Amino acid sequence: MPTIPSPLPGVFYRRPSPDQDTYVSEGDQITEGQTIGLIEVMKNFTELKATAAGTVTEFLVDDESEVSVGQDVAVLE
Amino acid sequence: MSAAPTRRVLVANRGEIAVRVIRAAHSCGWEAVAVHSDADAGSRWVALADEARHIGPSPARRSYLDIDAVVQAALDSGCTHVHPGYGFLAERPEFARRVREAGLVFVGPSAEVIESMGDKASARRTAEEAGVPVVPGSGVVADPAGARAAAADIGYPLLIKAAAGGGGRGIRVVRADDELEGAVSTAQAEASAAFGDGSLYLERSIEGARHIEVQVVGDTHGNVVHFFERDCSVQRRRQKLLEEAPAPGLSTTLRDEITGAAVRLAAEVGYQGAGTVEFLVEGERFYFIEMNTRIQVEHPITEMVTGTDLVVEQLRVAAGEPLSVSQGEITLQGVALEFRINAEDPQQDFFPSPGELTRFDPPNGPGVRVDSGFVSGGRIVPYYDSLVAKVVVHGRDREEALARATQALTELTVDGVVTTRDLHLSLVADEEFRAGGVTTTWFEERSTASDRSAEG
Repeated sequence: MPTIPSPLPGVFYRRPSPDQDTYVSEGDQITEGQTIGLIEVMKNFTELKATAAGTVTEFLVDDESEVSVGQDVAVLE
Repeated sequence: MSAAPTRRVLVANRGEIAVRVIRAAHSCGWEAVAVHSDADAGSRWVALADEARHIGPSPARRSYLDIDAVVQAALDSGCTHVHPGYGFLAERPEFARRVREAGLVFVGPSAEVIESMGDKASARRTAEEAGVPVVPGSGVVADPAGARAAAADIGYPLLIKAAAGGGGRGIRVVRADDELEGAVSTAQAEASAAFGDGSLYLERSIEGARHIEVQVVGDTHGNVVHFFERDCSVQRRRQKLLEEAPAPGLSTTLRDEITGAAVRLAAEVGYQGAGTVEFLVEGERFYFIEMNTRIQVEHPITEMVTGTDLVVEQLRVAAGEPLSVSQGEITLQGVALEFRINAEDPQQDFFPSPGELTRFDPPNGPGVRVDSGFVSGGRIVPYYDSLVAKVVVHGRDREEALARATQALTELTVDGVVTTRDLHLSLVADEEFRAGGVTTTWFEERSTASDRSAEG
């Protein structure tokens, strides 16, 4: 199954800001290039974009936790 | 005679400034309590403190920025004082207020003073009242006609600024009369969208100026003194890279005027604690920009050239004691430079480089001081800022300080993350920098020139 890896080491966020909704939820259909989260590295924010289209079946990284380079963040089907 | 009550300070911060405050507290017989998030559980400041309190998960807004958690940690650990360090809650008036309401002493100025200096318009008014020169500018302009009238007085180039703006946002540069009208309407739209307030004002754009700031400290007995100035002109995107004290080539007259102005401003607001008054300096003219109501990253160079421990002075003031020195006793000795060693890659547009410090060997030797929150094996986590260490050098004169800087930076070994060390070595060797007196645009112009030559 395809996955979406993080291109950077940092902190993964599922929301654009603490008081807003998540970019996507499990079960959502997404397109290639769609933003699914943010990666923060020391106050620099980079959008995490889907590398393929599909349905998000699972997030492998908790909101606001650390990710390493290449670590899979979400699984698609 | 009974013994003095134990003073116990909660250090509401992390990294090198937490280590710095703990050391200062211990050196004057106080106890120190550290706080930490999940990510910082095994940190150096936790090990150095008398007690440590966990205040929340790794994201700063859920730990170091959580006022409830920090104040509760201070109360639970029996603290009498709270030192905010710099960044995080240091300049949040509500934090100072909450600390006071909890029956604790905030190590810094009052919430009211933090508030009035944090508001640009009010700080500017206070400076004018104290007879401190401000950047020539207008009041709030209502429409393009008002802007044209103001621009005629101020002259070009000028900046259009959102009255409600901050942090460099909502600023536009206008270089000629025919650009003004368009810039005003765009700026008004932008300011309304960003801040919910379309008010604008105009200010002269001071280009090619130096950033020079004055360290002041006031106590509760009505004393306000200055500890001379620092030159912080080497900047990238308004972020300081290295700092120097005293400012090279500053005339004695200008030094007297600028330090005098800083003291007048601090006295005007009844300032208590350590603070910094920042100026732009153009030739022999200077203009107030803002006041930072806290200890700053670059305070060690001032300590090196004046022989005073500024954090100890902060603690003395907070305990109601008079300053340990009078103005006449504060003299300049030699030259000091501070280099911020950040986990950033200058080759990749300064992109952060978190990771484990697989090896961290700080330099030492005569006139060398390194302030860091880390030891070998520590981790630079992506949640906070990228400062690994501050390498501070002191020499009898600028030549000796620069020689010591080259040696110290060469000795510094950091493995596991990319740092700005090599960039600093190249700056120390740069002829223009060595000549002294570079301006705030110098570093970026130098970088652009070097990009062009690499392409050519």
